[in-house]
Amino acid sequence: MELRPILSAMRRNKVGAILITVQMAVTLAILCNGLFIIQQRLTLSKRPSGMEETRLFVMSNQWVGEPPDLTARQEADLAALRSLPGVVAAYTTNSYPFSDGGSTEGCNLKPDQTHMTARCALYYADQQGLETLGLKLISGRNFTAAEVGIETGRDLAAPPAVIITRQLADQLFPGKSALGQSMYLETRRHGTLIVGIVDRLQVPWIGAGGWGSTFFENSMIEPYRYVAQYSHYVVRVKPGQLATVMQAAQKRLFEVNRGRILEKVRTIAEARAAGYRDDRGLAVILGVVCAALLAVTAFGIVGLTSYWVTQRRRQIGIRRALGATRSAITRYFQTENLLIASMGAALGIALAIALNLWMVRSFEMARLHLSYALIGALVVLLLGQLAVLWPALRASSVPPALATRSA
Amino acid sequence: MFAYYFGLALRSLKRNVVLTALMIAAIGVGIGASMTTLTMFRAMSGDPIPQKSTQLFAPQIDNWGPTKQHVVPGDSENFQEQISYFDAMNLMNAHPARRQSAMYATGLALTPANPQLLPFQVGVRAAYADFFPMFDVPFRYGAPWGADDDAARADVVVITPELNDRVFGGANSVGKVLNLDNRDYRVVGVLDKWQPIPKFYDLNNDKYGGGEDLYLPFTKAIDAHMESWGNRNCAGDFKPGWEGRIHSECIWIQFWAELPTAADAAHYRSFLNNYAAEQQRTGRFSWPPHTRLSDVREWLVHQHAVSDEVRILVLVSFSFLFVCLLNAMGLMLAKIMGRSGDISVRRALGANRRAVFSQCLIEAGVIGLAGGLLGLALTVLGLMALRSLLSDEVNRLTHLSATDIGLAVSLGVIATIIAGLYPTWRAVQVQPAWQLKAQ
Repeated sequence: MELRPILSAMRRNKVGAILITVQMAVTLAILCNGLFIIQQRLTLSKRPSGMEETRLFVMSNQWVGEPPDLTARQEADLAALRSLPGVVAAYTTNSYPFSDGGSTEGCNLKPDQTHMTARCALYYADQQGLETLGLKLISGRNFTAAEVGIETGRDLAAPPAVIITRQLADQLFPGKSALGQSMYLETRRHGTLIVGIVDRLQVPWIGAGGWGSTFFENSMIEPYRYVAQYSHYVVRVKPGQLATVMQAAQKRLFEVNRGRILEKVRTIAEARAAGYRDDRGLAVILGVVCAALLAVTAFGIVGLTSYWVTQRRRQIGIRRALGATRSAITRYFQTENLLIASMGAALGIALAIALNLWMVRSFEMARLHLSYALIGALVVLLLGQLAVLWPALRASSVPPALATRSA
Repeated sequence: MFAYYFGLALRSLKRNVVLTALMIAAIGVGIGASMTTLTMFRAMSGDPIPQKSTQLFAPQIDNWGPTKQHVVPGDSENFQEQISYFDAMNLMNAHPARRQSAMYATGLALTPANPQLLPFQVGVRAAYADFFPMFDVPFRYGAPWGADDDAARADVVVITPELNDRVFGGANSVGKVLNLDNRDYRVVGVLDKWQPIPKFYDLNNDKYGGGEDLYLPFTKAIDAHMESWGNRNCAGDFKPGWEGRIHSECIWIQFWAELPTAADAAHYRSFLNNYAAEQQRTGRFSWPPHTRLSDVREWLVHQHAVSDEVRILVLVSFSFLFVCLLNAMGLMLAKIMGRSGDISVRRALGANRRAVFSQCLIEAGVIGLAGGLLGLALTVLGLMALRSLLSDEVNRLTHLSATDIGLAVSLGVIATIIAGLYPTWRAVQVQPAWQLKAQ
């Protein structure tokens, strides 16, 4: 294919070519950064929490007033929940993954450290905690009945034992087993023994780049039954009974005591969906914008190329009369578009990387993987070819006889 | 003349419906996308209290020191977003500002008078009497409680109109009693609709508003051991129980002061530094004074009130608008150059360049107007889509104001006219004689 006539034609039509080039470059820059963000957010929203998330629901309980018999009331509630048909296990706690509220501790190796070794989220659970959440214990053991105490959230005594996540264990004791080691909690003086390690349990805060993102799997379970005016019940049910048990549990608790508010009664699946709603929303919006962008760019190419075809009808007729085949004419416009699109792609890759670098600096954003830029470039090139097809075919149908007529 | 050009523009646009539709669609989609995100961005980054934003200040006192790992990501000066109860009380007692209030979010259970109804949860803000005049909070009935109520830890509440509707059917409930956690509180005031967005005074929870049903004296809340329902971050060990909490270095209190003049602010700044220096002298702080005083706008920047997601969306959608405009520009160029013949006839018949220029620009303006209107419709659709996609909290930001509507349409017209400048200039360059000869 002769490039020279194409180039000299483009030189006479600089602005049109530049417009399409820039348009394609910006499209490419947005497209690959958009796809990258979409992929990141979707990966984020699919991260495993460490829990076995089916057949699990939570209820938040708020007592009216501050009843003096709080401990007895909570015992009665737990007994009622555990005796419900369809319930496998249940416990009461200060926080659960996806709840977006809870507390953290400094997890240290020595008392009175000035810099904490790791920040970790704190969950309370009794012996049924592991079973309820469906956590995978990779070494050590569950709490014993003797270890489980009462925590009102104000006493903050150092527990006799803790179960921590693998990630926290690795941060505290890199390269050796954390099991049987002691660790120190920053707000409490005494050491505590690590009796078990679970594979994974995420912190309550899940937002991208948010407060939990720096210590996402640093969780610790303390052997406490959480007794407070506001607490959460977490319940695991038998297969196929989630909806019925959720209804029955609320009814039962109001039978036990009416002086309460039950709120945020939801399955863990609902809690997950609510927690990642904005991430998924952003992914959908960016997806729509990227699609619209491609459509707009494609139609722009169709429009401008059609105009060029119209403008050059006479020249095309002359070329046809001089022996150019139909496919030569089609190829001419396709090659022209390929040239423009290649320039756009080259410029676009540079722009995409610049945009990403700027976002890395301004936002909590990872570096763009180069494959996204290449995929984006490919998409833009294909889009150009697809968009130019119709005008090019129209051009090839210009009759050679046109050359003999005046315009 | 304008009406004539307008008519010409319409006729010219009608001649090539496909091209016209493409241009209008491109501009409409671009405007729709950018206005949708701009609406949210404007709501997030807006001034929540424009009449006073330069007079309201949030003091911060570093009570953890440089060795502690701090918890606000991205604050270059490493400040915590809240202060300790101990510092809050010292600031309240020193009383160096015209008005000031320590505050925090908590919650209670409201038991309705009708025993048939179940208790329900109310979001509570514990604050001082100054809270209301300081933030220009409007009242429908009654008035704020007084400083004497603060001192007496009185059982008084100010309620929102929504709670007043729910419990009292919207009637004047001043003097009526609410049962909150088994204690009776007297209603002294009912607010009018008041919802600063973002909720600058406490960006911890529900930062785009909501979550507050009633207000009661801070002193009362502390006295009744009401737990903070916001963030509480602790450093260092502390004694158990409520008293231990109160005297800990945990940070969980928001604090605002009204300082009407620059001199007041300067005075307060030195007061804060002296306070921190005093704490260093008494041995509580082992580091030199590290304090900051931010007005509302500075505060919103420090606290990242605009989420990264919305920044990204604004960036993406304005790039999108740019692409759409390039597109429209290319199409306009094609359209105008395709009419070189007409233009040269007009020029040959005596139209001067200025006439051609205004005719083409008016045509661009008509396209822009149509694109802007289409964009407005798409913005409405876009905001509806956002409401279904994003969380309820963010949804508070998706209301279109009259300004937004005007902005959408004028953005369409102005942007399209700018995009039309080059094609118009090319049209003006058409040489009548040359064109006519070529024909």
